[in-house]
Formats: sequence, C-alpha cells, structure tokens
Amino acid sequence: MDSVFLYDVTLLALMTATALAVVTVRHLLAATMLLGFYSLLMALVWNNMYAMDVAFTEAAVGAGVSTILLIGALVHTGTKEREDGKKHWPELLLVVVTGAVLIYGTFDMPPFGDPSAPIHHHGAPEYILQKVGKAAAHGSEDESGHESHAGAGAGSAHGDDEFAGHVPNLVTAVLADYRGYDTMFETAVIFTAGVCLVLLLRPANGRARRRRGRRDRRPEPAEEAP
Amino acid sequence: MREQIVPRVVGKMLIPYVLLFGPYVITHGELGPGGGFQGGVILGSAVILHALIFGVRESRKALPRGAIDVLLGLGILLYAGVGVLGLLLGGSFLDYSVLVKSNPAAAEALGMTLVEYGVGITVAAVMITLFNKIAGER
Repeated sequence: MDSVFLYDVTLLALMTATALAVVTVRHLLAATMLLGFYSLLMALVWNNMYAMDVAFTEAAVGAGVSTILLIGALVHTGTKEREDGKKHWPELLLVVVTGAVLIYGTFDMPPFGDPSAPIHHHGAPEYILQKVGKAAAHGSEDESGHESHAGAGAGSAHGDDEFAGHVPNLVTAVLADYRGYDTMFETAVIFTAGVCLVLLLRPANGRARRRRGRRDRRPEPAEEAP
Repeated sequence: MREQIVPRVVGKMLIPYVLLFGPYVITHGELGPGGGFQGGVILGSAVILHALIFGVRESRKALPRGAIDVLLGLGILLYAGVGVLGLLLGGSFLDYSVLVKSNPAAAEALGMTLVEYGVGITVAAVMITLFNKIAGER
C-alpha cells in the first residue's frame, strides 16, 4: 500500500479522535491542550503536503501561542464547563446539513495531487519559475544586472529568474514581492487588531466603569421614541 | 511559577536562543521555510515565555508597554516606508528592485527581508499585547 496514503489515514484517524475528545471532554484545560495537539497533527499534515511555511505557522501559532492565550483566558473563566444536559437538535441539523453540502462540493474538485488540475496551470508555473515578467518593465538596465549576476546564481535551482536565484523560497517571493500589497494590508489588519485591543481592554478607570453601568440601566431608546 | 526552579533555569537558558531564532526565521524567509509572520510569533513567544516564568511585572520592566505600542506601529511603518522609498527612488510603490541601483535582483531580496521584518515586528508586538491584556491586566 502507498506509504503516503497510510500516513494520511493515520493522521486523519488521530485528528478525528482528537477533535471528538475536544468536544466531549468537560475539563476546559484538557480541551485546550487537546486543541494544541490537534494543531500539531495539522502541522504534520501540512508537512506531508510539503507546505513547510504553513506547517511552521501552524506549529508556532496554533500549537504555541494560541494555546497559551487560551490558557490565559481560562485563568479568568475557570476550567469547568457549565453542565448543560440539553441537546440542541436544530443546531446539530444545521451543522450536519452544512457539512454535507461542503462534502458534496468536493465531488467536483479534481483528485488530490492531480498534476493536471486547473490550479496548477493557470499562473502557478510562472510564479514557481519566478518569471512573471516583473523585470521586463524596467528595461535594459535590469537586464544587464541580471546577466552580470547570472554566474553567481547559476548553482541554484534557477539562476535566471527575476531574483537571480536570491529567493529560493517561492512562498516568500509571492507573499513579499508579487503580492506585496496583500501582505502589507494583512499586516495593517494585524496592526488594527492590536490597536483595537489596546483601546478596548485598557484598564477601565472608575469614571468609565460608572458610565458603563449607567448606560446598561438606561432603557432602550426605541421604547422612548413614541 | 516564580518559585519553581526548573522552569526558571530552563527558561533562562532558552529565551536567548528563541530571541535569536526569531530574527533567523525572518531573515531566512526567502531562503527556507519561514518569514515575517512565523518569526514574529517566535519573537513574541520569547517575551511571553519570559512573562510566564518571571511574571508580567518583570516582563514589563524589561519591555515597557510604551515600547510595545511603538513597535506595534513601527512594523507596518517599516513595510510602508520601504514601499515609499521605492517611489522616491523612481520605481513604483513596493518595487524593491530600485533600492540598489547596481544590482536589482539583490535589491529585491533586500526589500523582501526589510518588509518581512516589518511584518515580524508588528506581529510580535500584537502577540505580546494580546498576552499582556489577557494575563496581566484586570
């Protein structure tokens, strides 16, 4: 049997077991640790797909920082889940239907790892070879620079690309260069989240807390209007 | 955790290496796996580890809140600044090839590294802020 397939099935079984354990376990600290374990398994899956950058992020963010942040939140909330014997049938139905629709949607996708899938032919080869046509816009000055450097980069996988072999990691080339705008505004989103956090969770002084208390007691404006 | 000897000693030994590994991941972003986001998270986690072991107050002494707030904006400013520098040197926004006139291909790599540092600084500052807000302040 194909060893990659075997590895994938093992990982899937482990992940399903972990996910079920996260849902069923009552102790929230245990659930948080299991989520970290789930992230580590997910990093192995990315690793198996040769998506090293994603695996790296999953291990650092999913298994590392977010686990610590969740534990930090647990200090405030307590580690016991509130007992709620009720079964939420409509919600279960909604989730099952949504999942079924999503699985139905995957039937139209090309098989996993199919080299003739459309996604591997539209644009991707140019980005992988790093010959998208950036340098052509700069004119002859660039070209001479390329040629003078081609000798140094000849030992790399592709010394004749737009970066003269300086950027072997094509993920970074796409993120930081070809899609530089996207990454800049992604950073802006992270920055905005951080600023919002600073503004929202600023330690409330006495006056602010009193004001908030008054606002909560006040009746809804819609009821006063007529 | 302040009284436990094992986390203190292990943490003290580990933190410098983690602090070094973060910039390594950012700088080598265009050579191997990694980049600004991952490196920033690693940098941030070094400070979080310090705060976990020695307490948020000690961590505040090493890295004051004002410094973190400045770093928060400095990262995105560095990113946009590299873009504007490209404009000033006669290219288009975020065109790194004009940064070094004699060697455009190397300039692309340089611009990418600078931009990745911008991402990393902002991400690290946000991670530290997140942890401090959740763990430190009530």
